[in-house]
Amino acid sequence: MKLTLKIWRQKDAKSTGKFVIYSLDGISPNCSFLEMLDILNEDLIRKNDDPVVFDHDCREGICGMCSLYINGRPHGPDDAVTVCQLHMRKFKDGDTIVIEPWRAKPFPVIKDLMVDRTAFDKIIQEGGYVSVNTGGAAEANNILVGKENSELAMDAAACIGCGACVAACKNASAMLFVSAKVSQFALLPQGQIEAKQRVKKMVKMMDELGFGNCTNTYACEVECPKQISRSNIARMNREFMCAKMV
Amino acid sequence: MAELNSKIPKGPLTSKWTYYKDHQNLVNPSNKRKLDVVIVGTGLAGAAAAASLGEMGFNVKIFCYQDSPRRAHSIAAQGGINAAKNYPNDGDSVYRLFYDTIKGGDYRAREANVYRLAEVSNSIIDQCVAQGVPFAREYGGSLENRSFGGAQVSRTFFARGQTGQQLLLGSYSALSRQVKLGTVKLFERHEMMDVVLVDGKARGIIARDMITGKLERHFGHAVVLATGGYGNVFYLSTNAMGSNGSAIWQIFKKGAFFANPCFTQIHPTCIPVHGDYQSKLTLMSESLRNDGRIWVPKRKEDAEAHRQGKLKANDIAEENRDYFLERRYPAFGNLVPRDVASRAAKERCDAGFGVGSTGLAVFLDFRESIGRLGKNVIEERYGNLFQMYEKIVDENPYINPMMIYPAVHYTMGGTWVDYELQTTVTGLFAAGEANFSDHGANRLGASALMQGLADGYFVLPYSIQNYLSGEIRIPRMSTDKAEFAEAEKAVQTRLEKLMSIKGTKSVDIFHKELGKIMWEYVGMARNEAGLKKAIELIRALRVEFWKDVKIPGSLYEVNTELEKASRVADFLELGELMAYDALNRNESCGGHFREEYQTEEGECKRNDEDYKYVAAWEYKGDGEFAMHKEPLVYEEIEVKQRVYK
Repeated sequence: MKLTLKIWRQKDAKSTGKFVIYSLDGISPNCSFLEMLDILNEDLIRKNDDPVVFDHDCREGICGMCSLYINGRPHGPDDAVTVCQLHMRKFKDGDTIVIEPWRAKPFPVIKDLMVDRTAFDKIIQEGGYVSVNTGGAAEANNILVGKENSELAMDAAACIGCGACVAACKNASAMLFVSAKVSQFALLPQGQIEAKQRVKKMVKMMDELGFGNCTNTYACEVECPKQISRSNIARMNREFMCAKMV
Repeated sequence: MAELNSKIPKGPLTSKWTYYKDHQNLVNPSNKRKLDVVIVGTGLAGAAAAASLGEMGFNVKIFCYQDSPRRAHSIAAQGGINAAKNYPNDGDSVYRLFYDTIKGGDYRAREANVYRLAEVSNSIIDQCVAQGVPFAREYGGSLENRSFGGAQVSRTFFARGQTGQQLLLGSYSALSRQVKLGTVKLFERHEMMDVVLVDGKARGIIARDMITGKLERHFGHAVVLATGGYGNVFYLSTNAMGSNGSAIWQIFKKGAFFANPCFTQIHPTCIPVHGDYQSKLTLMSESLRNDGRIWVPKRKEDAEAHRQGKLKANDIAEENRDYFLERRYPAFGNLVPRDVASRAAKERCDAGFGVGSTGLAVFLDFRESIGRLGKNVIEERYGNLFQMYEKIVDENPYINPMMIYPAVHYTMGGTWVDYELQTTVTGLFAAGEANFSDHGANRLGASALMQGLADGYFVLPYSIQNYLSGEIRIPRMSTDKAEFAEAEKAVQTRLEKLMSIKGTKSVDIFHKELGKIMWEYVGMARNEAGLKKAIELIRALRVEFWKDVKIPGSLYEVNTELEKASRVADFLELGELMAYDALNRNESCGGHFREEYQTEEGECKRNDEDYKYVAAWEYKGDGEFAMHKEPLVYEEIEVKQRVYK
């Protein structure tokens, strides 16, 4: 395949970025998107140019590190995948592909396509856990969880923290991410004791970090590589209101 | 020859750990605050240790090269975690889990460590459930189990095909709680470059801030490495792109012995290689072998026709299929351990029965189980894996059988540690895949998660406290000390040297070349001539690397090529040690298969007389290593030939 790539290049957080155009030939349709970028970088190094910096690690869709905004969509044109699982067969020979970093104020660009997502860690640190110390936990089967709730909790817990939901949202809202964690614990007996504090603290931190509000467009759900459901947002709103009323 | 002291507590096997806990030294709460622990790596072992030590009141600093601790590669483990709960009432027990693990490791693991692992396995499940890890449940609300390779009981707990993710998020959440409470300080996008020794004890690390490129000095009364395995020495593996062996290699150079480096696990069920540009191999969980049957065509002409695209798998009649694992190993069938399954697949492909365009693949077929259980059940059990397969290969595995081939997955070898997980450097500990202790020559499925969490939650918090009880009089050291300055200077010099080469070939070119050498000569089957050749080739490649590698950019910025170069420079040394170790071990055991040592049926021929020991290597200078033996003594278990027939 022959491709034209329009890639956002930015030297560091303080510099102004710009799009740079590259052309690439001989790409196999079975190549993954990131392998295509590897080939580009190999080419750039050969030409004494600076390789494009992008985050990636596991390359099997689970670590959540890869984060490219491709042709206006987080993780590109395929559904329910991360960029590392996107393959070039989803594009056509001769295509022009626009590649940008996540665009959201709470995710500042570090270099080129690499952004800082520590804001997500800060939200989790506020209450994304059950406060239980190591040792002394009760026999596991003393806590029974109905299959339905356990499956729903697992659906929510499948979030990989990539930030596609924020990147997809016109308000850069982190509601899907936060609600997934709130939901996981709201659905399980282990999470009940701290439920009210948890949702209040996590939402407060989310707001403080500059994430926007939800205006119910659900672009987040469409773009989520793990298909986290928007009903988690509804559940979080309910949890939040109950917590505020008491 | 120096004597390795494994410090195994006295008493019968079943009460050693209790004895240890009863007699270890403690640190009182006001002293804990004054003691610092540096932990490198935020996977299961690192995050669990950091959270637990933080809860106890120690000051912890934890480092990861990723942008968040939640990305550590433990997250990619799919199938499950073993524990001896015996919930299915199928006869499991702590002893049986211990026995299976020792046998699975082909009698090359240390009895006392493995027994402790089995003993704490149940507490891990209790702990994770208390944290809210969403394990699979039965309709009555209790925990569900499934079976895994190398066991005849169902002892594997799982969260769909994302067990590693859920367990890691559990320990990440515990870690996050401590970060908020201020007991743990988190350093993301930081790579450990070296360990700092003061008066022979580990007292901190030199880390590189991967955004600014600046080197930093961090003090700790003790240092823990939980940095994972070194499978990426093969370039193509199931490891994450950033997984590396540099931390354990740097401490090796500072005196921490490296044990059994040649013990590498080749996982039987990975998606086959498809092109030169390929950057990694994707694992299809072992759990698939519960319901999938592995086969190749019985007739060579059918295999040939499939390779040429003229024949489809589904058109090969039942009687013309060779379910070679079921045929060779009727007792365990498709659930034989990984090393056995991998070698059997390689044997069939080498004999000309391989399928797919390269001929390096076998089928993993769900037709029978879909017929028996229905598509819905299979989808519920393995849906995400089937989806992953379809995305990568562009074929529907519900209709056409999957094609799989073995790939490098895990390294049983690692830093030598004693019973306390302390290395041969005082005050320096190694946990999880980074150490060598529990899996012998082959790891059983669903045991890596168990070991990572056992080390992190239930072993290190005790053993580190025991060590630190002797350090309460040591005040926090200034990092202006000469030892820190010297260590930093050495790192700086090395990085500057790398940048100054300005050669013609990129880091990846060298890494791929090294990977080819390793796979060819130090891979699934090894022989004396090949290993000797590998050593020569690696040495030559290392010389070329230091003359001709090309790294763009500068030291003080995000420089991913420099990061890779520094890691590959270490792999170019580590690969050589692996070959040395494989050459030394004149026997076949577990994942280490020497062609010269096999039975008539092509099974491993172990040599207990001469090689029933841990080979712990000491660094003596560039390409020079001295071997120390830790004899393996089996008091509880009768050492037998490992049979799965």
